[in-house]
Amino acid sequence: MTTATSSVRQRNTRIVVVRRLVRAFAYLVLTVFGLAFILPFLLMVRTSLMTFGDLFADPPILWPWPLIWQNYVDMFNTGPYLHMLRNTVLIVFQNVLFETTSSVLVAYGFSRVRWEGRDKLFILVLATMMVPATVTLIPQYAGFAWAGMVNTFWPLMIPRLFGHPFYIFILRQYFLTLPKELDEAAEMDGAGLWTTMTRVILPLSKPAIATVGVFSFVNHWNDFTEPLVYLLTAENQTLALGLRWFIHNQGTEYTWMMAAATVFTGPMIIAFFFAQKQFIRGIQLTGLKG
Amino acid sequence: MVIKRPRLSRAGVERRNGWLLISPWLVGFIFLNFGSYIAAAVISFSDWDLRKGTFNNIGLRNFEHAFRDDLVGKSLINTLVYTGFHVPGIIILGFAVALLLNLKVKGLPVYRTMFYLPSITAGAGMAIIWLWMMSPEGMFNGFLSWFGIDGPRWFHNPSTALPALIFMSYWGIGGTMVLFLAGLQGVPDHLYDSAEVDGAGWFRKVRHITVPLMTPYVFLSVVINVIGSFQVFTQALMTTEGGPDNATLFIFLYIYRMGWENLRMGYASAIAWILFAVILFFTLIQFWGGRRWVYYEYTG
Repeated sequence: MTTATSSVRQRNTRIVVVRRLVRAFAYLVLTVFGLAFILPFLLMVRTSLMTFGDLFADPPILWPWPLIWQNYVDMFNTGPYLHMLRNTVLIVFQNVLFETTSSVLVAYGFSRVRWEGRDKLFILVLATMMVPATVTLIPQYAGFAWAGMVNTFWPLMIPRLFGHPFYIFILRQYFLTLPKELDEAAEMDGAGLWTTMTRVILPLSKPAIATVGVFSFVNHWNDFTEPLVYLLTAENQTLALGLRWFIHNQGTEYTWMMAAATVFTGPMIIAFFFAQKQFIRGIQLTGLKG
Repeated sequence: MVIKRPRLSRAGVERRNGWLLISPWLVGFIFLNFGSYIAAAVISFSDWDLRKGTFNNIGLRNFEHAFRDDLVGKSLINTLVYTGFHVPGIIILGFAVALLLNLKVKGLPVYRTMFYLPSITAGAGMAIIWLWMMSPEGMFNGFLSWFGIDGPRWFHNPSTALPALIFMSYWGIGGTMVLFLAGLQGVPDHLYDSAEVDGAGWFRKVRHITVPLMTPYVFLSVVINVIGSFQVFTQALMTTEGGPDNATLFIFLYIYRMGWENLRMGYASAIAWILFAVILFFTLIQFWGGRRWVYYEYTG
C-alpha cells in the first residue's frame, strides 16, 4: 500500500520535472528562433543609422552612436523617393477605401440576403481565388494599354472597385455568424435593406471590416508586380519599385539603402502593431469551414 | 399618366437586392476574370509583339516554341526545386512553432509578432534587407567568418543563388503558423485529458490526436503555399533578376522577361498558360491525394 502511493508520487514528480524541461526548452527555442526572425529588421534599422565607414568597422559595431538621422535626408535627396512616397500614399489610401467598400457590399449580398443561386455563385468567387494572377496579368495589361492607361494610376485602382475575393470571403464568414433575428427586428421597426445594413449589421461588423482594411492596406503598400508592369517612369512609381530603382542606381550605398527599406517597411510594421488582433482574426476566419 | 410600379414580392425584393449588392463583383468577374481568360487565350495564339507591332493568329506555334525552349524547361525545374524546398520547410517550421506556442507559453503575443513580422513585409522589403545581409560585407558572411568559413557572394554565384533564395523564403512562415495555431487552439481539451488517463505522453498525444485533427489545416496550407510558391517573383527580381546564368530563373520571371522586357506578349501569354496548367495539375493531385490522408471525421 505504502509502496504503491510512493511510486505514484514518484511518477508524478517525474511528470512535473519533464513538463518543466519541455517548457524551458520551448522558451529557449522560441526565443532563439524568434530573434532570428526579427534580426533582419534590427539589422535594417541599425544599418540605416550608421555612417558608411561604420559598415566596415572591425570588430563590427553592435549599435551605432551617434545615430546618423541624416541618412534619411540624404536618401530622399538621391532620387525621386518623395514622389514615390506620395504616389504610394495616394494609391494605397484610395485602394483601401474602394476595396473595403466594394467587398463589404458584395459579401453582404452573398450572406445576409436570400436569393436563388447565391451559394452556387459564391463557389465561383472562391474559384477565382485559385486562378493564378499570372494568367490575367497579360490580358489586363492589354486592356489597359488599349485604353491608354499605362503609366497612370488607373490600372492599379480600377480593379479595386469590384471587390477582392479573399476579403469578400472573410466578410461573408463574419456576416454569417450574426443572428438572422437582427434583421427581423430591424424590419419590424420598418427598416429596409440599406438601413438594416448601415445601422445594424455593419456597426456590429467593425472588427471584420477593420481586418479587411488592414489586409488591404498592407497588400497595396507592398504590391510590386502591378506597379512594375504599369508604372514606367520613376516619378509615377511607388516605393516598392523605388527599392528596385535604388538597387540599380545606388546599389552599394547600404546605409541609404536600409534607410529606404525602413521608410518602406515601417508603415506596414506599425499597421501590424496597431492591428495585430485584426490580422490574427482574419487568418483564423480563413480556416473556418464555411 | 402615372406609371405604377408593380410591387415586388418579398422574395422578389430580396433577389433584386442580392443581385444589386453583388453587381460590383459580377462586373469585375465578367471583365477582369472571364474576359481576361478569353483574351489570354487569344493572345497566346498570336504573335503579338509590342516592338514589331504585329498581332496575327499563329495557332499553336507559341506553345510548340515553348516546349522546345530550354529556358522554359530550366525555369520550370528551378520553380519546382524552389517549391520542393520552400513548401515542406514552411509547413514543418510553421507547425513546429505553432506547437511550441500552443504549450500556453507566457508572452504568446510577443512571440507570435516576432514570427509573423517578416511575412507582413515579404517581397521587396525583405528582399532588399537580405540583399544587404548576404552581400560580401554583410552580416551573413561576417557570421560565417567567425568559424573560419569564407562565404561566397551568395546571389552572384550560380550554385548558391537558388539555395540563398530558398533559405530566405523560410522567414515567411507567418500566415501558415497563425493558421496552425488557430487550428491547435480548436482541438478540444477532453481528447488530451482522456489520452492522459490512458498514460499517453506528449509525443504520443501529438502523434495520435494533434496531427490527425490538424490534417485539414495542413492540407489547406499546402494548397495555398504551392500556388503561391509556383508564382515566386518579387524576391528573385529584386535580388538576382533570374541570374546568375539563369540559376534562379523562375517561370514568372521568364514570363516577365518575355512580355515586358522583350515585349513578346503572345509568347509570354503562352508560357503563362503553361504555368497555369502546372499549378492546376499540382492542385488537382493534392485534392486527389488529400482524400487519403486528410482526416475529416471529428466535428466537435
